[in-house]
Amino acid sequence: MAKIRLATTWLDGCSGCHMSFLDIDELLIGLAEKVEILFGPLVDYKEFPEHADVTLVEGAVSNEADKKNIVMIRARSGILVSFGDCAITANVPGMRNRYPVGEVMKRAYVENADSVPAGNGGVRSEAAGVAFQTVPPLCQKARPVHEFVPVDVFLPGCPPPPEAITFLLTELLAGRIPDMTGRTRFGA
Amino acid sequence: MKQHPQKKVRTDLNPSRLLTFKIDERDVSAHEDESILTVARQNGISIPTLCHLDGLSERGACRLCIIEVKGVAKLLPSCVTFPRQDMEVITNSERVVTYRKKILELLFTERNHVCSVCVSNGHCELQNLAVELGVTHVRYPYLYPRHAVDASHSRFSIDHNRCVLCLRCVRVCDEIEGAHTWDIMGRGITSQVITDLNQPWGTSETCTGCGKCVQVCPTGALSEKGKSVAEMIKRRQFLPYLQMMRGRQDDSWQK
Amino acid sequence: MTLNSEDLHQIAKIEKDKQDGFQHRIHVCVAAGCLSCGSGVLMDALGKEVNRRGLDNWCQIKGVGCLGLCAEGPLISLATSGTYYQGVKVSDVSDILDALGGNPVGRLLCPADTAFFKRQVRIVTENCGRIDPERIEEYIAESGYESLYLALTQMTPPEVIEQVTRSGLRGRGGAGYPTGLKWTTVSKAISSTKFIICNADEGDPGAFMDRSVLESDPHRVIEGMAIAGYATGASQGYIYVRAEYPLAVKRVRLALAQAERLGVLGNNIFNTHFNFTIKVRLGAGAFVCGEETALIASIEGRMGRPRPRPPFPAEFGLWEHPTLINNVETFANVPPIIRKGGKWFAGIGTEKSKGTKVFALAGKIVNTGLIEIPMGTPLRDIVFAIGGGIPGGKGFKAVQTGGPSGGCIPEQFLDMPVDYDSLLQVGSIMGSGGMIVMDETSCMVDVAKFFMEFCMSESCGKCAPCRVGTRQIYDILCRITGNQSTPEDLAMLEDLCDLMKNTSLCGLGQSAPNPVLTTLKYFRDEYLSHIHDRTCLAGACKTVVEVS
Repeated sequence: MAKIRLATTWLDGCSGCHMSFLDIDELLIGLAEKVEILFGPLVDYKEFPEHADVTLVEGAVSNEADKKNIVMIRARSGILVSFGDCAITANVPGMRNRYPVGEVMKRAYVENADSVPAGNGGVRSEAAGVAFQTVPPLCQKARPVHEFVPVDVFLPGCPPPPEAITFLLTELLAGRIPDMTGRTRFGA
Repeated sequence: MKQHPQKKVRTDLNPSRLLTFKIDERDVSAHEDESILTVARQNGISIPTLCHLDGLSERGACRLCIIEVKGVAKLLPSCVTFPRQDMEVITNSERVVTYRKKILELLFTERNHVCSVCVSNGHCELQNLAVELGVTHVRYPYLYPRHAVDASHSRFSIDHNRCVLCLRCVRVCDEIEGAHTWDIMGRGITSQVITDLNQPWGTSETCTGCGKCVQVCPTGALSEKGKSVAEMIKRRQFLPYLQMMRGRQDDSWQK
Repeated sequence: MTLNSEDLHQIAKIEKDKQDGFQHRIHVCVAAGCLSCGSGVLMDALGKEVNRRGLDNWCQIKGVGCLGLCAEGPLISLATSGTYYQGVKVSDVSDILDALGGNPVGRLLCPADTAFFKRQVRIVTENCGRIDPERIEEYIAESGYESLYLALTQMTPPEVIEQVTRSGLRGRGGAGYPTGLKWTTVSKAISSTKFIICNADEGDPGAFMDRSVLESDPHRVIEGMAIAGYATGASQGYIYVRAEYPLAVKRVRLALAQAERLGVLGNNIFNTHFNFTIKVRLGAGAFVCGEETALIASIEGRMGRPRPRPPFPAEFGLWEHPTLINNVETFANVPPIIRKGGKWFAGIGTEKSKGTKVFALAGKIVNTGLIEIPMGTPLRDIVFAIGGGIPGGKGFKAVQTGGPSGGCIPEQFLDMPVDYDSLLQVGSIMGSGGMIVMDETSCMVDVAKFFMEFCMSESCGKCAPCRVGTRQIYDILCRITGNQSTPEDLAMLEDLCDLMKNTSLCGLGQSAPNPVLTTLKYFRDEYLSHIHDRTCLAGACKTVVEVS
């Protein structure tokens, strides 16, 4: 039997969901026999594959790069799984949504900056230190993945418990779309 | 102006009259003044609720407890609908379950319910309802409104981001504690619970600091200070006793 | 003091004689519409000029209620010759007085033989534009308080209700509940204290029927309420009127004082055992307070929020006592029904909708104003014959009835008779009588958005489906009109409308989706064009730009 082609990826998230994925412990070994992990933060491929059977997406759509990537990921994925609360509700990344982007940037990179950026003559300034040119600009609001592309399975939790991840993968491997009702919850 | 008599409970319902009716095909018996919700719960039939709390007046506002009655086109809130002899109630038809889910989803979009960083994570009625109703995601766009946190009280705080406007705090404060510190201001989507005349809770002169509002709050909106994520467990054991001792201050269906 | 039938006739006779003593009687409309374009100043100028010419005993200048054709104000009518003048200015005063008795002033003439005047049947507004609303004597001279006298002295309460039931009168506030049935229910309620409430919290955008009736003929409403009190066993009434209607409030208060002074309100009215008093309560402008349970809460001094029904106000109303709530126009229909009999009233209108209905014509229509027509009049006649059609030669698109709870009726239904059931069939409602006409330049998505914004800001916030649903629907409509929508939005829009309709607590939430649902049904192409082609078919939504 051909191996299931699995990809995992993250947008605006904390990697906690991926950590929980690793927490399925010895089941990983069995899983490795059945799936081929094509892409993800846990493996070292640079480009998202042309086609994945299943893709787990962690994190909210938060900046312009996320917006572009999620469309590409959707197009190249068979079953797209919203993996964890950030992908489903925007969760913690969404907590900035009630403040204007400029205010958020200032708070994060100027007011809370530990050290004064180099090349500014040692003077703290509001304008300095924020590298807008190289970092993809933030969207006005961080939003759930399914507001941008259709999602097939939702796996809530912050992070989703390993048992729920196991159930999800077992069901998917058996060729069923899992019903996650009662197995995990928002904020789990 | 002429003095009007004190408010009274619904006199059209006779508590000593008994009747039998059907809930989900099961024969059940009830006093005439027991709501369908009450009778359902007596019989182990669960109907989801949010604004209802045993011991407080009914509001009929969250609309999660809607049920179908055979021969009635409208959906009825079971907390304020009373049984009739031979009535046939259906609590779990696809129609009502679908609507309940949608209402719950709307409630999630209304404020900023970030479960993962909530004091009530794991002990929250809103969160539990999502599990119970199988809401794994919300189809409507989140509104992400900007709401404040009032931590001016020495022992408690309110986070309006997590409020579902069930008004249990308002009712327990008025009906059980008798302080009426809490009330609601604004209307529609801008409604908000307030203390006294919309002043910081800590400066409220009517608040007795009893904390009943915190204990009845279904979410993490009202919490005790010093509690971290998932640590706020509400204790409501006091309610039935207080209700019994003090009697109902006010009647339901009026609020 | 107590009044008897002879006193009434005496007052009427004196008043009639007084009026007959004048050779000419000039009626100046002093309802809110004409007042706002200067009829108050005009009336003063007329009075001064008459006085200057020494014609005080020859020509009477009188302020009267609404003459109907608000679009052409200030209006005056010459009661003696039946001539109407429109758009009268202070500078026209001399010419008008000069022309009395001779040929009318041609340039000011308002043609009175048009459909606007000819097609109307006046029952509720029979005194509007004819009597001075600030003098009870003039109302009495037009058979005023005769019905109350008749009811109190010659009819039993069941007989009064019988006449109302037989008349087939249905509630004019919106839902069209049979008035006789409501009265019967309240009369059957067992309680020593009952209340009558007149709902004058007219909040629909574009509706001003109740305001006009209260401004033009307040005693008619008072009399109707007193008759209702006698019929149902209530001795106290409240008129709940919006504070935004200061003139109506002033005239109602004045009328109440006059009625009390004369003894048609108070204790032992007409030497019977019937006592009835009326108080005025001002609403602070919340639309939801037109909902009966919210209105009651507001009168009681609590927040204007509806509560679940049952129990209905007929059983548990104001301060938990049985309460009869009717709309201004409903009460205004009662005196003529008692005076002329229910059978007479039932002879007007259609099989299931009896009598007449007052409509406020607004929007893209030539004759903006107040009309009263028999139930069953085709919509086409209202818009084109009576309303004078669409200004500027533009094409008709739709007419919106029932305010934010009603729907938009497209051209294909123009020949439909206007009555409760026909309107319901096409997804709208009679409502309180607002009629907003839209021409081809109105974008129907934008219209739906306008009404949803209204409902969003007027939602009381008590129940979740209405509180959040109105906001979500409004957001979707903004996305559609603003070029940001996706095809999925349309499905979500319908889904949310269905949710609100079926799960909201009160009528506001249950009917708020109606403007959206009817426009979706009849003008779906406009939605689709916005969503798929990013164009507004009516060319009204400026924010929609062409995208490549």
